[in-house]
Amino acid sequence: MMPPPENVHWLFATAFLGLGLFLLAEAIAGPDIWRKRGWRLYLWPSLCFGMGLFMWPVMVFFTSSTIHMLAHGAWAQVLMLAGAVELGLARGKLHNPIWRITMFIAFFVSGLAFLAHEQNPWLFQRSAFLHHLLGWTFLGASIFPLARTFRPRSAVFASGFALAFVAVAVMLYCDRDIAPVFGHLSPLAGVPHR
Amino acid sequence: MSTQLATEVQTGERRRRLARRVAVSLLGPLTAGVGVVWALAQPYRVTLLHPHGQGFWNLAVEPPLLVVLVGVLFQLLILPALLEDLAEESDS
Repeated sequence: MMPPPENVHWLFATAFLGLGLFLLAEAIAGPDIWRKRGWRLYLWPSLCFGMGLFMWPVMVFFTSSTIHMLAHGAWAQVLMLAGAVELGLARGKLHNPIWRITMFIAFFVSGLAFLAHEQNPWLFQRSAFLHHLLGWTFLGASIFPLARTFRPRSAVFASGFALAFVAVAVMLYCDRDIAPVFGHLSPLAGVPHR
Repeated sequence: MSTQLATEVQTGERRRRLARRVAVSLLGPLTAGVGVVWALAQPYRVTLLHPHGQGFWNLAVEPPLLVVLVGVLFQLLILPALLEDLAEESDS
């Protein structure tokens, strides 16, 4: 009993929204307040790592082509890498803050994977549009994790980083298996539903 | 520092702390509110309102309700301790 792909996108959107809220709360309250409770430190890194773990079954069961499989595999790896590094930093196993650059790598690789695995043009159908948009959003927003690596206490970069996840959540919630985008739907895409 | 300047600095700092507490407190309700507005704007996305013929996954995964759930869980599980810590900082 497999969920339709769009439902899987919505579940990941929910996880991204959670990530965004945790990071936004940290950005508003400030890192010192956020660190006052040990469990809070592990919240978003664990969620990120968990999303990476859940991306593996998505890669195995939901990909219909090699390029799709490679893209989902890349997302699984970078999500787990970035989550594990943040967990290591939170636990004190990793000390050098430069490790935070793995989140920039995760954003950059995710953006490239989105753009590389979408073979259709922007207005082919909604998912094609969203893949292009998500790809460019990840590439553009990668400036925030990069800047956060060198300016970890900057509220602007922390907020931008958090809002990038919220934006990704909104885009993933918009996803449908086959649906028009701005009134455009290629006849090659198939029959829209709902 | 003169007492007047010190008072102004303290007042500014107090305002900033209050603004942070208000902003953090609004995250959950705002998120849940967005979910409710979405459900009202696109009721067809809440399949529980018309469950006939829907499969398990379409009934279990309802995007507007998931957004509400995230907001409510944040409000119930994350916010209380965070507000406590912010209040402690204000008192100190």
